[in-house]
Amino acid sequence: MNGLIQKVKIGLIVNPLAGIGGRVGLKGSDGDLTQKLAIAKGAVPHSMVRTREALEMLLPYKEQVEIITYPGEMGENIAKELGFEVSVLIRSALGEFSAEDTKKAAVVMCSLQLPIILFAGGDGTARDIYDAVGDNCPVLGIPAGVKIHSAVYAINPAAAGSIAQMIVTKQGLIYFESEVMDLDEEAYRGGKVNTRLYGYLQVPRVDRLVQNTKSPSSKNEFNVVQEIAYEITQSMDHDTLYLVGPGTTTRAIATTLGLSKTLLGVDAIRDLKLLDVDLDEKGLLSLLGKYPSRRIIVTPIGGQGYLFGRGNQQISNEVIRMVGKENVIVIATEHKLFSLQGEPLLVDTGDAVLDAQFTGSIKVITGIGKRMVYPVR
Amino acid sequence: MIKMNKKVVYPYIPNSTNAARSTLIKSLEITSAEDVFSAIPSHLRLDRPLNLPGPILSEYHLEKHVNEILDNNQTANDLVSFLGSGCYQHFIPVVCDEISHRNEFLTAYSGKSYEDHGRYQALFEYQSMMAELLNMDVVNLPTYDGLQASASAMRMAANITGRKQILVGSAIHPEKSSKFVEYNGKSLDIVYLPFDDQSGELDMTALRASLSKETAAIYLESPNFFGVIETKLKEISALAHRFEAIVIVNTDPISLGVLVPPADLGADITCGDIQSLGIHMQFGGGQAGFMATRNDPKYVLEFPNRIYGLVPTVTPGESGFGEVAFDRTSFVGRENGKEWVGTMANLWAITAGVYLSLMGPQGMRDVGELIESNVRYAILRLSKVPGIKIQFGESNHFREIVLDFSKAKKTVEQINRELLKKNIMGGYDISGKFEGFDNHAVYCFTEVQNKETIDALEKALREVLA
Amino acid sequence: MTTERAYHQARWNEPIILDMGGEGERGILLPEVEKEMLEDITSIKSQIPKALRRVTPPDLPQISQVEVYRHYLRLSQENLGAGFVADVGMATSTMKYNPPINERLASNPKFTDLHPLQDVSTVQGMLEIAYTLGEFLKEISGMDDISLQPRAGSQAIYANMAMIRAYHDKNGQGTQRDEVITTIFSHPSDAAAPSAAGYKIITLYPEKNGYPSIESLRSVVSERTAAFFTTNPDDTGIFNPLIKEFNDIVHAVGGLCAYDQANANGLLGIARAREAGFDLCHFNLHKTFSTPHASGGPATGVSCVTEELAAFLPSPHISFDGDRYYIDEDRPESIGKIGQFYGVAANFIRAYAWIMAHGAEGLKEVSEIAVLNNNYLMKKVLEIDGITIPYEPGKPRLDQIRYSWHELLKDTHLDIVDIANRSADYGMHFFYSHHPYVVPDPATLEPTESYSYRDLAKYADDWRKIATEVKNDPEKILTSPHMAPIHKMSDLTPLSDPEKWIPSWRVFKKKKRSVHSD
Repeated sequence: MNGLIQKVKIGLIVNPLAGIGGRVGLKGSDGDLTQKLAIAKGAVPHSMVRTREALEMLLPYKEQVEIITYPGEMGENIAKELGFEVSVLIRSALGEFSAEDTKKAAVVMCSLQLPIILFAGGDGTARDIYDAVGDNCPVLGIPAGVKIHSAVYAINPAAAGSIAQMIVTKQGLIYFESEVMDLDEEAYRGGKVNTRLYGYLQVPRVDRLVQNTKSPSSKNEFNVVQEIAYEITQSMDHDTLYLVGPGTTTRAIATTLGLSKTLLGVDAIRDLKLLDVDLDEKGLLSLLGKYPSRRIIVTPIGGQGYLFGRGNQQISNEVIRMVGKENVIVIATEHKLFSLQGEPLLVDTGDAVLDAQFTGSIKVITGIGKRMVYPVR
Repeated sequence: MIKMNKKVVYPYIPNSTNAARSTLIKSLEITSAEDVFSAIPSHLRLDRPLNLPGPILSEYHLEKHVNEILDNNQTANDLVSFLGSGCYQHFIPVVCDEISHRNEFLTAYSGKSYEDHGRYQALFEYQSMMAELLNMDVVNLPTYDGLQASASAMRMAANITGRKQILVGSAIHPEKSSKFVEYNGKSLDIVYLPFDDQSGELDMTALRASLSKETAAIYLESPNFFGVIETKLKEISALAHRFEAIVIVNTDPISLGVLVPPADLGADITCGDIQSLGIHMQFGGGQAGFMATRNDPKYVLEFPNRIYGLVPTVTPGESGFGEVAFDRTSFVGRENGKEWVGTMANLWAITAGVYLSLMGPQGMRDVGELIESNVRYAILRLSKVPGIKIQFGESNHFREIVLDFSKAKKTVEQINRELLKKNIMGGYDISGKFEGFDNHAVYCFTEVQNKETIDALEKALREVLA
Repeated sequence: MTTERAYHQARWNEPIILDMGGEGERGILLPEVEKEMLEDITSIKSQIPKALRRVTPPDLPQISQVEVYRHYLRLSQENLGAGFVADVGMATSTMKYNPPINERLASNPKFTDLHPLQDVSTVQGMLEIAYTLGEFLKEISGMDDISLQPRAGSQAIYANMAMIRAYHDKNGQGTQRDEVITTIFSHPSDAAAPSAAGYKIITLYPEKNGYPSIESLRSVVSERTAAFFTTNPDDTGIFNPLIKEFNDIVHAVGGLCAYDQANANGLLGIARAREAGFDLCHFNLHKTFSTPHASGGPATGVSCVTEELAAFLPSPHISFDGDRYYIDEDRPESIGKIGQFYGVAANFIRAYAWIMAHGAEGLKEVSEIAVLNNNYLMKKVLEIDGITIPYEPGKPRLDQIRYSWHELLKDTHLDIVDIANRSADYGMHFFYSHHPYVVPDPATLEPTESYSYRDLAKYADDWRKIATEVKNDPEKILTSPHMAPIHKMSDLTPLSDPEKWIPSWRVFKKKKRSVHSD
């Protein structure tokens, strides 16, 4: 084969401040104050080290790769140091690097339609990427944060490198919308883990290498989600209001009906049509007032499997009480349930009595004609 | 001398000595073997020993015992057999027996395609040789038997077309109709099409009247249960395809050295049983089904069981094998149900592969021609016997013919009983299985027969019918 | 003299047989059509019309017998039969010893040359063995009647489901009862077969003790319950002691209870289906009863039922009238045929002989040793750092155990598939679990009674070696196998991409041709 070999372009965005707090005993590093404290304590930017680990996996393919990145500590330094061919995007801002740079870099790389954009950081960085490009482009996180709750990161830097390898060698990968989580940092430092669904990024799913997906599924997950959606839509009743919560599994219900649904919001469907989207608690209560026959459809959110309380707070305890526990339909793939590794599904409606009603077990719809009875706490 | 209570030590149980048992028990820090069953509550425990005969601890006596019982059998080797109807007596090359008895193949199961590479390759080769014989690109690993293959083919067709109706030619083994209804009945609409009284072939008028846009598939066999070769397959396929219905033809691969494969005549799915390919009859235990289609994902994704495919390894020039479309699911047509994958009949596929390699194209032609000649000779001799008429006499036959004994003074049951006294196993009595076919029998003539045995049959029948 | 075993499998790089041989070579010759016959038959028309006579011969190998035999012998060398190893790793399949005497018996021409449609008077020996085997299995299970017709465990489960449907249909409740309940750790066919039969499946998830709670069962039984299908103990080796209570709850709503006895190897003479209240059960002869696995069949699943369901058993039924054995086709309520003829008869002979070789005492010994072996192995395996078992470690298990390598692997970029590949280098089979994985990074071991404590200690030691490699030499594991007939297949996309898949040699040749013609 003659001519120039087309190089595979890999995007790289390093958040130089990520992971900084953790290493010196501060939990997390979002927020200027925490970061300044950390640097004062002599913390070394951890994300650089981790990025290097990931890129080292690509060294055997150096000749076939071109790294598109941002200046200096945001990727240029490390890529050049390792000897890759590097294209540096122009940074118009001045001064220290900030989240704005992450977002700008992501927007540009996304417009270049790169096969993958690697980013090194933590939950905060993932949120920045989401704010910038949503789920429009394939991305993958190199973990550099302390404890990452978002499902968009590889399990370790070498794994991220492995996936990048697969992209360079043109192995077909499957991409899934994966959860970006928001962690209430103050509560976290106070000892409580309160995560909230923030958004979704499109991430290559190589089951054993990406977080929260360590058990491979036998069926293509996408097909299973379609099956669940089909099962639900086939059994939808006339004149009944369906409040459909956030998530990719729940969104499939809308897609099956040819409707477009928000990934993050609670939407209302009735008689196979979309009544309203992204309702807040008030909106939900007002709708419930109009329709006596109603159901809630939810799917567990986040790595810990919350049915209520971590991304669908609009479905407040009042809403749930009005609808009634017996009208709550839970859907999830078996894969999702097994990834909880035996831990129960969780409910945190803010009302302990209501929570107690759910405690025990619940029937989860996992496919066509398939239900799983799973513990709930 | 006091006789100590000797514990039985079993050759198949290395740890059955007192010493070994002690080792286990001590290491577990328990007092007796009983302790490991502590999870089972007493009300579930069997409170007495099982009521079973034996044991026969001596291998010598065990063999003698079983062989004595088996001696109460008379086989198609002891006598001369003209039975067929789904299970066939063909020449079995010794190499087939040798390979199917190799411990490596016999005791293997579902190891990975690394340490069990030999099995994967042997099975891929089977698929490939069957593909040549059938002239279709994709052949699966065996299903339980031909019956299962046919039923699965119907399900496949329903899933692919999204329709429920299957038109089934009636010239099939009566056993089959029970299975089709059982397995598919709940979700499919099976309509039996009659066969022509004169020819034994599919009734074309009935076909034309029944085909519609509701039809998922037309299923027929060639050669069919009566041994009759369907001569209008091309026409039938054209008709079916006009309605976008799938054509399923069940055939016996041993005929394909001399017969054009159904694929060349328009079949979309070919299926059947491979027992004829180097596998002993074993009282019906040698059955294994096959299904074949062209290399179209629409079909491949609907196979109910495994298909092996070639995969290069990291070493250049080296190949391994894996399961094709292992993630296959079909979302459309879920109502038609999904099948399951499990242990089926792989050893017979390996054996059939050995058979086909030994036979080669010339061998397959030879065996087909031997069978063809035997059938012609049988027709020649038996049509001369008073009391016998050759049913479907003007049609074309492979391996089997139907004899009409209705003009004889004895029933087929009586005739067969008397033939038995002459050391001949007469054909399969189909009285009561097809309307208007009382006192008919299906006679099978494979290559194991010859002039001598067919002459003997003629002589015996003359005597019995006199 | 003891040398550390340096295992290496045969690596022959055998070509595909369709690529071997030469024009005109023959593997076997057949007799010619006799001359006299040829002359005689000219008066009878040809039985193959010209348009249907094959003209283009099939492109099968043309190769000498010498090379065919050699080729397959080599392929067999590249296959790790269970006879070669203490096959503890291919768990849930009960890879026990397949005694060669049973092979000799099953090769007796007095059996192999039997046609299934022969007159019953000529097969009394065969029928006696089949019938008596049935009597043995009735006693072992406590059930009243059986069928040997199903050709695998899954088919037996399917038959059981069909009988359950027939039962409910007979009571006019067929349409009403459309749900089947099972548990997560029951075998996949316990869900798949009823699903194929059109039932909705409700799966119960276990509590921390390894089996589901009574409450969770109660929350799903109703007048729509057709049946409860379960494996007990399941693949974790945990026995649900409340099984009778479970069955009672299902009976109370009018459902039936079916027992998947694929894991019966630890229960022979210990506990039976009958006493636990089951209405149906099935055995896998190729698991508990030593018939060989044959590279994936043929096999035999035996359906066993109580008297109430006996009329529904697959037809025909092998029966005995006190005097003679016969094949009873007069079964009007039967679910019909499950498979062709009567089943895989060779397995009837093997299983019969195996049971006769052991007797009641021997069968109990089989289970005692199988369970002792399993617990012995567990003790050794759990001494390896990083290997855990889910659900109440420390309590004895029955015949097999599902371990987890998760602790060891979670911070690496290895997963259990890599460990499985490396185990090939130690001459081991390795079974994780059926999909989907509930236990993370699972590996299941089933010692059976066939292996000595020396074998088991060695097996645990080999696991220890691999566990050490996880820390010290993960690359070696990632790139394994190294000692197998072939090397790693790292890119499996040719299997799932219709453009790339190669399901037969002719497809390979077509693709090769089209690449060259570009």
